[in-house]
Amino acid sequence: MDPLQIIFFIFAVITLVAAFLVVTAKSLVHSALWLILALFGVAVLYVLLDAGFFAAAQVLIYIGAIAILFIFAVMLTRKDLRDAGSQQNGTWPLAAVLAVVLFAGLFFILSSWSSFGMPKPDMPAGANALSDLGLALVSANAYLLPFELASVLLVAAMIGAIYVSLIKK
Amino acid sequence: MEFLRDPISFIGNWLEGLLLGWKMAPSAATALIQLLGAFIVGTFSLALVIFTIWVERKLYARIQDRLGPNRVGPWGIFQTFPDMIKIFTKEYITPDGADKVVYNLAPILTVSAVILLWAVIPFARTVVGSDVNVGVLYIVAVGAIGTLGIIMAGWSSNNKYALFGAFRTISQMVSYEVPMVLALLVPVLLGRTMGINSLVEAQTVWFAVLSPLAALLFFFSAQAEIGRAPFDLLEAESELVAGYQTEYSGLKFGMFYVGEFLHAFTVSALTASLFLGGWRGPGAEQWPILGMAYFFVKTFIVYFFVIVLRITMPRLRIDQMLNFNWKFLTPVALVLLIATALVEKGLQLVGQDSMVLRTVVHLGMNLLIVWGTVEILRRSARKERQRVSEPRPVAIAPQTQASD
Repeated sequence: MDPLQIIFFIFAVITLVAAFLVVTAKSLVHSALWLILALFGVAVLYVLLDAGFFAAAQVLIYIGAIAILFIFAVMLTRKDLRDAGSQQNGTWPLAAVLAVVLFAGLFFILSSWSSFGMPKPDMPAGANALSDLGLALVSANAYLLPFELASVLLVAAMIGAIYVSLIKK
Repeated sequence: MEFLRDPISFIGNWLEGLLLGWKMAPSAATALIQLLGAFIVGTFSLALVIFTIWVERKLYARIQDRLGPNRVGPWGIFQTFPDMIKIFTKEYITPDGADKVVYNLAPILTVSAVILLWAVIPFARTVVGSDVNVGVLYIVAVGAIGTLGIIMAGWSSNNKYALFGAFRTISQMVSYEVPMVLALLVPVLLGRTMGINSLVEAQTVWFAVLSPLAALLFFFSAQAEIGRAPFDLLEAESELVAGYQTEYSGLKFGMFYVGEFLHAFTVSALTASLFLGGWRGPGAEQWPILGMAYFFVKTFIVYFFVIVLRITMPRLRIDQMLNFNWKFLTPVALVLLIATALVEKGLQLVGQDSMVLRTVVHLGMNLLIVWGTVEILRRSARKERQRVSEPRPVAIAPQTQASD
């Protein structure tokens, strides 16, 4: 077996187990830490797909910003974040059926996709995915409008945050 | 001769030939050599700490008019080894009510986040762990893992001081990440690439000459990111016992200690690579071993300034530290980034791409920003002096008011 395939299997299992533990862990901080492991596993999958930029962005944004803010918010509340009661309520069989149906549906759709089961094609020599991505974001024929809209949205959110946190005199 | 010119690649090629000769699959041989390379780089960086701790203690002592370590080996150079043996034999204490797994994982994460940085640092043109094309982004992303380790340490210790230390860490490291990232974007703009090795190759003129302001901004915000004096509020002993590492003992404390020293050295290596031309120097293209020498000389020069800064500066107060970041470093970094982008694009549009002109224009633009900043600072300082020198309203006791 190819070493890359071994790495893929190891990290796929880690990601799935961590994702499962996110919802089953009793303590909220443990959930957050398992979430970080799951996100990290996804970053490794990006690396295996030769998408270094997405891997770095995944670690930077999801682990470095979102997960750390999440832990920070959790730490500001009480120390032992455990609910005393049971973690399930009566509707769990319904949820399980829904989850299985959703998974089967996604699997069915993906398996009818033409490149399902195809090995990863090699990148053409001289290809620079990073600069292609950058150019696509600023070219008028590609994703200029969504990119600018997202920037405007983020600026609006930033101004909103500043406005909300201002002390009224 | 080939061995002397470029020993690391020579050994790598020889090993690959040997493994292929043993009928190993090419992909497996590559994987094995990469694993071995990662192991060597990690071990090397950790072993380097043994030396840098001695350098730092010796320099510390000399500035404080002491002798420093001077018993073990010539000039006390082997002092770190007895210290290591001592720390290995110390007892591990896990506080009552601590979250055991998280508590033990935290020091490992903190150290590994620093060692991960060494994966992208180019020692010479051919000697680089992994020349990823998003190296700069990788550096920032790995820094986030270090922050995570410190938060985990603070939270899992079941100690209020440790938790406070972790809170300060987040406010400090997350804030100082902003000017650091903005300053890191300046070399990316100037070198038109994000890979660290390509950035070194792009420095026919050092980026510290093209944009001295960016180099200084990176240097100072990186000091805060390491969390040592003058920014060592994470472990301000007069307020927080020892911050997030209060409850750690033995080798677990040693991991944090090693992580801090290694981080200081790593940041010096990054500054040398990104702004001082890394391995570049006369003859380094043909003789990669010379490049390694240049790289380490430059790194140690930067490291010297890191140590001197640590020894000679008093600790900042928390509000001073945050003001310094949000009201000084971040605005300057934003202005510099926008100005650099405009100048680069302007020069490209005019079609003037000669290195001399670029250097002069960028340097002039940097000096202009420095002048403007100093002018604004002087005005606000004058205003502050006026405010302080004005007569202050005196509190009057209520009964005196009632009598007249």
